[in-house]
Amino acid sequence: MGLRNFFDRIEPQFTKGGRYERLFPVYEMVESFLYTPKTVTTAAPHARSYVDMKRIMTYVVIATIPAILMGLYNTGLQVNTAFEALGPSGWRAAVIDFFGIGFNAANPAANMLHGLLYFLPIYITTLVVGGVWEVLFATVRRHEVNEGFLVTSMLYALILPPNVPLWQVALGISFGVVIGKEVFGGTGKNFLNPALTGRAFLYFAYPAQMSGETIWTPVDGFSGATALAVSAADGFQNLSAYGITWMDAFVGTVQGSIGETSTIAITIGLAFLLITKIANWRLVVGCLAGMIAFSTLLNLIGSDTNPMFAMPWYWHLVVGGYAFGLAFMVTEPVSASHTNLGRYIYGALIGFMVVMIRVVNPAFPEGMMLAILFGNVFAPLIDYFVVQANIRRRAKRNV
Amino acid sequence: MEELLSLAVKAIFIENLALSFFLGMCTFLAVSKKISTSIGLGISVMLVQAITVPANNLILTYLLAPGALAWAGFPDIDLTFLGLISYIGVIAALVQILEMVLDKYFPSLYNALGVFLPLITVNCAILGGSLFMVERNYTFTESATYGLSSGFGWALAITAMAGVREKLKYSDIPDGLQGLGITFITAGLMAMAFMSFSGVRL
Repeated sequence: MGLRNFFDRIEPQFTKGGRYERLFPVYEMVESFLYTPKTVTTAAPHARSYVDMKRIMTYVVIATIPAILMGLYNTGLQVNTAFEALGPSGWRAAVIDFFGIGFNAANPAANMLHGLLYFLPIYITTLVVGGVWEVLFATVRRHEVNEGFLVTSMLYALILPPNVPLWQVALGISFGVVIGKEVFGGTGKNFLNPALTGRAFLYFAYPAQMSGETIWTPVDGFSGATALAVSAADGFQNLSAYGITWMDAFVGTVQGSIGETSTIAITIGLAFLLITKIANWRLVVGCLAGMIAFSTLLNLIGSDTNPMFAMPWYWHLVVGGYAFGLAFMVTEPVSASHTNLGRYIYGALIGFMVVMIRVVNPAFPEGMMLAILFGNVFAPLIDYFVVQANIRRRAKRNV
Repeated sequence: MEELLSLAVKAIFIENLALSFFLGMCTFLAVSKKISTSIGLGISVMLVQAITVPANNLILTYLLAPGALAWAGFPDIDLTFLGLISYIGVIAALVQILEMVLDKYFPSLYNALGVFLPLITVNCAILGGSLFMVERNYTFTESATYGLSSGFGWALAITAMAGVREKLKYSDIPDGLQGLGITFITAGLMAMAFMSFSGVRL
């Protein structure tokens, strides 16, 4: 246990009175990331549980792994397919030539490597820039850096389009971490999802690089619309004319943000979160029910001018960011409602809003991000009314 | 009927007075600490808005607009330059009357609203509602719908704001940002979430 001894040896340098006292949060971060923290709460109330924050956050990161793998594969697949028509270009082509793996879209390893070359720069930028802010705030404000940031940065990197400029990645995560989380006091004290706050900031600040047809596959001269953009323009019935079947959207070989395309991979992650009880199933049920109910209602109403009205719920489920948001953002415990009844309502509100934005609002083809932020804003209010109703009911019972 | 409904939805969500026009900010920021009080204030704004916007509409149509005084024998007179001062006057007077009526007939509601009623006189959301009514040439029924629904939108926004602020009681906000600072940031973030409606055409 050389590493443990090393930590024990240098710890006095960081504790009170030590030479690097101000850097204690950094030391604490590295130490608690590698070892289970030995500190326990000293003041009442005490609740014994093996599920601490470290475990919750680590489980969420584990749950994103299928989505990451499929995201890497799909990004590489899209780029390699485009290369077949347009020819290789860019510095990544040189790296791949160096490895000699080629650009064959039928070769999964080639796709993975190519996808990795797009995902890694984005993820590393997110980690470095966001990490600097996190450590800065932790050092100045003397709170701990915890694994929550790993979750935020992973989710944030997965909901970006592959072609996003790296300086925008840095700007978005700065906004998300600082304004979305740290000004409220850090993990667990924010009211909006930090990853989505950063993404929404980018979306409104740089719409040219955040929407459209050329951002999803990073090859010059290639344009491919997302399934939602196609449906909004032409109707989902014509998706097959663009080479998108329901199965494609379910497996994830379509245009989209890095991690959001594969519904099957996300479902595996969600199942893991539900089994380990990290995600509350009421939120998932509420969100599914709201989406299914409202999209079915719109199907029944119908519209001659807006093809999105006819989109059935099983298409809403697989296209765009719905599945990703449902699995990793609706279920985020901090920004969701905290009462059980409130969780159903909160989920249903998001499910309703996502269909509303997708169908009725022509300005945004995708609605999951904004629907969740909207739900976040109303989550405390939902809790308030649930609690008030409970108080009234119990007061009536005990006159 | 369908037009009025879409006007109402537009006034509540898409063109929310507080979160997309940032009107009525002083009360929005100052009186959003508790959900119960902000519900009270929201209801009073809704009430006043629902009365003053149609009332100002009548004043505009029958007194101020060009040719409006034809019924009195002055078809050439255009009094629209008196608009701003008349609307303010009407708002102040109506709030005063409303206060007296509530005090006499609904004392419990009057006590619940307390100081907010007179405060509303100088709330820019109220005057803003009347000015939007003029700018967009609403008819009487439209202005009644607009008044009620824009007031409701404002009430919804301040209640949501109060909900968030009650939650933020448990947060650990840096010293310099405590109080109004964090409230401004919160309002901005809420406005970003409300942008989900921007672009909806009804």
